[in-house]
Amino acid sequence: MGFACVYIADFLVQAVVRGQRALGAGALALLGGAPPLWSVVAANPAAFEAGIQLGMTKAQVAQFGTVQICARSEAQEKAAHAALLDAAWSVSPRVEDTAADTVVLDLEGLSALLGADENIARELARRVAAIGLAARVAVAANIEVAIHAARGFPGITIIPAGEERRRLGPLPVGVLTTETETLEILERWGVETLQALAALPVLQLSERLGQEGVRLSELARGVRKRALVLAQPSSSFAEEMELDDAVEELEPLSFLLGRLLDQLCARLEARALAVRAVRVRFELQPSFEKDFQTLKEELRRKPDVKQYEKVLTLPVPMRNAKTLLKLLRLQLQGDPPAAPIQKIYMTADAAAPRVAQNGLFVPCGPDPEKLEVTIARLGKLVGEGNLGCAELVNSHRPESFRMTRFVVAVEQNRQRGKSEPNVKEHTDACPAVTGLRVMRPAQSVRVELRDELPVRVYLRGMRGEVVAASGPWRSSGDWWQEDAWQQEEWDLEIEFTAPSVVVAQHAAPALRQERSEQSQPNKQSRTDSQHGLYRIYYDALRQRWFVRGVYA
Amino acid sequence: MAASSLATLRSKIEADLRGRVASPFAYRDRNAFELVSTGVPEMDALVGGLPRGAMTEICGTAGSGRTSLLLSALASRTADGEVCALVDARDSFDPLTGDAAGIALGKLLWVRCQNIEQALRATDLLIQAGGFGMVAVDLSDVPARTVRQVPLNAWFRFRRAVEDTPMILLLVEQEPHAKTCASLVLRLEAGEAQWVEASASSNCYPFAKLLRGFTVRADVVRSRLQIPKESRVVDIRRGTQPKMSVPRDADRRVFEAETIWSK
Repeated sequence: MGFACVYIADFLVQAVVRGQRALGAGALALLGGAPPLWSVVAANPAAFEAGIQLGMTKAQVAQFGTVQICARSEAQEKAAHAALLDAAWSVSPRVEDTAADTVVLDLEGLSALLGADENIARELARRVAAIGLAARVAVAANIEVAIHAARGFPGITIIPAGEERRRLGPLPVGVLTTETETLEILERWGVETLQALAALPVLQLSERLGQEGVRLSELARGVRKRALVLAQPSSSFAEEMELDDAVEELEPLSFLLGRLLDQLCARLEARALAVRAVRVRFELQPSFEKDFQTLKEELRRKPDVKQYEKVLTLPVPMRNAKTLLKLLRLQLQGDPPAAPIQKIYMTADAAAPRVAQNGLFVPCGPDPEKLEVTIARLGKLVGEGNLGCAELVNSHRPESFRMTRFVVAVEQNRQRGKSEPNVKEHTDACPAVTGLRVMRPAQSVRVELRDELPVRVYLRGMRGEVVAASGPWRSSGDWWQEDAWQQEEWDLEIEFTAPSVVVAQHAAPALRQERSEQSQPNKQSRTDSQHGLYRIYYDALRQRWFVRGVYA
Repeated sequence: MAASSLATLRSKIEADLRGRVASPFAYRDRNAFELVSTGVPEMDALVGGLPRGAMTEICGTAGSGRTSLLLSALASRTADGEVCALVDARDSFDPLTGDAAGIALGKLLWVRCQNIEQALRATDLLIQAGGFGMVAVDLSDVPARTVRQVPLNAWFRFRRAVEDTPMILLLVEQEPHAKTCASLVLRLEAGEAQWVEASASSNCYPFAKLLRGFTVRADVVRSRLQIPKESRVVDIRRGTQPKMSVPRDADRRVFEAETIWSK
């Protein structure tokens, strides 16, 4: 079989309902046109049953208590159409963008993958339903036959080759053309169905209706053929939502964001893609004060709309809408918009999904999606700069490292034995390395020298005698910059013997508190802490001594 | 009749817990832990290694060698390709020393906290996230009296969270606080500092010395991994404490921590 057509009945209504699922339950009428002259442009079957007619004014529709009124949304129609194309591309790479509510697929070669035509049609309907639209699907050997069958018959329709004329016969002639003049002529002739139209002789029809008559006759008989006009897959994934009432709170906003993310992820899933970054842009409600101030100046000009933008960049591509929503929520909690939101734009940067196949003997690492949420929560707890992966900087400056984003890279899940070149292999035979506990910021200390050798140290209100010293280890650098450094480092073994009253009185409040904690009746810890190995340094530029850390 | 109702009840409970608890009535030996290397051969000989799915406490005073053991353990885990996390309660980790100790810094998530509240909440989040080979919580510089105020149920919650996972939860602190929640408690003490002095014949600076490192004595305070037979009997009437609290010669090892320039 050749082609499948997917048609979305009541496309305008379905596009709106796709964005606001709650509207789909009852009768719904869509209003369009310029604001003072609102009129009904589309409605669902329940609304027509209730008595709604196309062209009714807003006031007339408002008299129907059971019918919900909603504005037509071109943005949502555009998004729904893009989603429909994505669903079609998920089945076949050869897709024609026939109309906003219609797409045609070439089914050549798909039977080996999806089975019989009925299975293909059912799979198509399922995938379109996954993006929030109810589709009519028709499969036929002819493109035009598939289109007209999809527009004319509900559900799934399979038209075998050779039966086109018989199957299309009961359909009204209105499925072939929307030209009022032609339809009126056919109505005067008493031609209401395709079967009746196909029975008319082509020559006489041509004499009376011209080439249009020939075309209609061929369409009614199911013999008109044409080539598929292929559409190019789009790489942009965008959804937007305009709100009737501006949203201020995070909870209702999360609900809306979740819905948009669901739609985006469904589209990406249809295209077998994942999200690398999500950009959210809010159109904020202008404040009353600003409107009032600018009323006179900008009466004729539309006031500038405030924008708020947030970019969620992911270390690994993912497609889980719940995870993305959690990450977005955490970002918005940290930096909420300054005004109520009246419009939401969301775009996704697509990327190929990550490969999740690990080696059999490779230790399992954290799940990247879960890890990203955890890192976001930790960042909120301790601050973004206090979290991540330490990366050493190629410099002799002490404490030269920078924090980078922690990512469980793919190469970390490599097979054992193929280690990174810059990672030192750890063997159990090597002795332990003396740990250095760094004091941040470096703690000021008073040092007494004798023959250029430290002999006494006053630290944290304690006086310590230097038992052994190693140094000075001189280093300097960046003298050509503002933050030059020049230091003399010493490794000292210090025996603290007595508290230093002088230092305690001049110590900072934090130090005094620390000293008071140490002077609690915890004899054991106090006695033990009186001996230690310290790394201190003399800052030649500031001409002061500091403690860099303790060997522990 | 009673037996059949019991069997019915058992099957009903098993059905209710299906998917959440695998074989709830099956006996599990909670002391059977998978042990992994600490990175220090002497410590491995002493305790067999660090237990997975359990909490281990390393305690000792300032400068007792806790950080050296912590770095070795992290280096050992990251060298095996595991992703680890370090919750640094006072932001005192030195990446340069860590790199020299063999830690693959790219596999270490470093959480730099400012207080113990942040550290405990960060630990909770990391344990819940799962997938880490080791989560090390460095409370060394937090005063013991502050850590003592942590409710015991916090440690219980941590222990329950890491149970049945391959995660090692390592606490580094001044005193053991997790009580029975810890499956292994080690106490470290610093020994003599080792200095290399210039020989008199060499034409050196008069006080030329080089810090080579220091020795560390490690004692097993409590261990559920290898309980000696005599310690399994506790005299309830006399209320005697288990003998494990008193280190024996066999429960003590000495290892050396060398400075990075001595390696």
